[in-house]
Amino acid sequence: MSRLNGFSLLRWWNMVIKEYSQLKRDRLTFAMIVGIPIAQLFLFGYAINTDPKHMPTAIISADQSEITRTIISTLKHSEYFNIVGVLPNEKTADKALARGNVLFVINIPAGFTRQLIRGERPAILIEADATDPMATGLAIASASQLARQVSLKDLTGSLASLADAAPPFKVHVHRLYNPEGLTQYNIIPGLMGVILTMTMVLMTGLAITRERERGTMENLLAMPVKPIEVMTGKIVPYIAIGFIQITIILLAARFIFSVPFVGSLSMMYLAALLFVNANLVVGITLSSLAKSQMQAMQMSMFYFLPNLLLSGFMFPFMGMPTWAQYIGNVLPLTHFNRLIRGIILKGNTGWDLWPSIWPIILFTVVVMAVAVKFYRRTLD
Amino acid sequence: MNSGYAIDVKGLNKSFGAKHVVNDVSLQVGRGEIHGFLGPNGSGKTTTIRIMCGLLKPDSGSGTCLGYDIIRETDQIKRHIGYMTQKFSFWEDLTIRENLDFVARMYGLADRRTAVDQTLENLGLTKRSNQLAGTLSGGWKQRVALAACMLHDPQVLLLDEPTAGVDPGARRDFWEELHRLSTLGISVLVSTHYMDEVERCHKLAYIAEGKLLTRGTASEVIAAQGLQTWAVYGENLAEFSKTLQNLPGIGQTVMFGVMLHVSGKDGNMLESSLRKVIAGKPFRMEHVETGVEDVFIYMMKHDAAHSGEKR
Repeated sequence: MSRLNGFSLLRWWNMVIKEYSQLKRDRLTFAMIVGIPIAQLFLFGYAINTDPKHMPTAIISADQSEITRTIISTLKHSEYFNIVGVLPNEKTADKALARGNVLFVINIPAGFTRQLIRGERPAILIEADATDPMATGLAIASASQLARQVSLKDLTGSLASLADAAPPFKVHVHRLYNPEGLTQYNIIPGLMGVILTMTMVLMTGLAITRERERGTMENLLAMPVKPIEVMTGKIVPYIAIGFIQITIILLAARFIFSVPFVGSLSMMYLAALLFVNANLVVGITLSSLAKSQMQAMQMSMFYFLPNLLLSGFMFPFMGMPTWAQYIGNVLPLTHFNRLIRGIILKGNTGWDLWPSIWPIILFTVVVMAVAVKFYRRTLD
Repeated sequence: MNSGYAIDVKGLNKSFGAKHVVNDVSLQVGRGEIHGFLGPNGSGKTTTIRIMCGLLKPDSGSGTCLGYDIIRETDQIKRHIGYMTQKFSFWEDLTIRENLDFVARMYGLADRRTAVDQTLENLGLTKRSNQLAGTLSGGWKQRVALAACMLHDPQVLLLDEPTAGVDPGARRDFWEELHRLSTLGISVLVSTHYMDEVERCHKLAYIAEGKLLTRGTASEVIAAQGLQTWAVYGENLAEFSKTLQNLPGIGQTVMFGVMLHVSGKDGNMLESSLRKVIAGKPFRMEHVETGVEDVFIYMMKHDAAHSGEKR
């Protein structure tokens, strides 16, 4: 039946069966085969939206009239802007933009209505947080059409003559932090967090499972060395590696991609240290759950996928549905992205950074607690 | 130290889930003694050794290693014993010297450089000290591992199947080294599957399915089973052994190359059964001394027959 020299269907089928049997036992690989496509389908299908709507917008209105109310309601109807509040002055507006509480501030100057009626063509100022041009680009484009849309509906009766000519008011858009709307301003700093997540989690995950897989962990534990010394001792080199990576990316950002660095360098490294720690803790936890290096690698992939897609790195955070934003808000990368853009592009310092710092710390503490709980098991 | 023993443990128990891996094991190893630790694969040898060196906590039981409590004083134990794992557990991607340096630092050796240099010289590896440990052959790996375990001058050595997969020459050298260490007063507990090594031990302990079945010197262990053994010579012994299986008095048959060992507890019945079968056939039989191997195989079967389920 089976000829030794030719291709034997029997032997070939035997090989297929063996491969299938092994695959069936490897639960994690199986979970990946099924889980990753489903997760990707859901994330790309439902969570990711490259045309984000309903972005938080604040208003400074020094002039309130029928016309300004119409302008604001027109903005709302465009669905791009979700008016979350009214701010008293420029200063509070700047702060709200810097902290990322709002992405737009619409500033209607005093005497706007009067000037408009006189046909002086006053201007509305729209300040946009342009750090992520992809998120705000379409909204800015829509706002530019604002003047035309308002005029068509509202200027009737004695004012109708104004509608015929050029639009009765102007819209000035300020793209803050990234006036030219360059995507690399957003991508390059964002990449720092992505690269750190990938390497830190994977490397620590592998570093500890490798000791276990090769049997050297047992030898270590038989020596007079404390587990905490083993763990922390293993991690420190990776913190150094993380800082080398950060420095490389920063240098490239500055000298190759000409990304401006507005904020404080030491603040940036401090934020990075927090973030590196969060990732190392994830790596340790994965390595105490994983039985082999292969599993640690697969688990890192699992962790990496939502980080990549839901952190606001690849796709606008504001464009995601609420449930996806909840998941995104748990991930340290989301907050690190905000931190790093805040520091590098906006020059944020101090308390402006706090809203993005505490979630990273909280995440680290919770994951560390899990790691400690599971670490006991690795001894027995 | 209270007991004169290097290792003295009583009533050790350890379960992993539903599996009772170590079941009420008590064991004493005297100073300067080489104590063999035997038993089939999965019988609980490694787990017992790990408990003794403080890597695992027993569920119940107590004991001391060099006078230190195996539950509370594991740090002290780790400082004073050498433990060699079953698998080569040094860093294959470090050089021999780096491995030794690492171990020496871990134990905080005062004169690390001299200690490492001396060890390399004793091993005859001074010239190859910058070779990666992973490139060593099995026999060399095992010698380096032993040397690394000995760097901090431990008083007790716990060796978990140190000679598995090592060639006979290297095994002989290894055992000579163990005997040299034992004359220096170092106590050795060594697990093994090799019967020739069993006979090199001062004392033996045999464990099966977590239970310690017998202890003592080789002759004590043999005597305790009270087996009589006959050797049968001839052609087609394997075929012949099948005809013996259910005869009265015949406990077991074991092939040893050109001869078949037939053992049983009742010497007279064994002899008469054998003579009846052999009569008129081209076989020759003679009474021989029962060896440890006969005894261990007997115990293994005996034990398996008693416990309901085998792995």
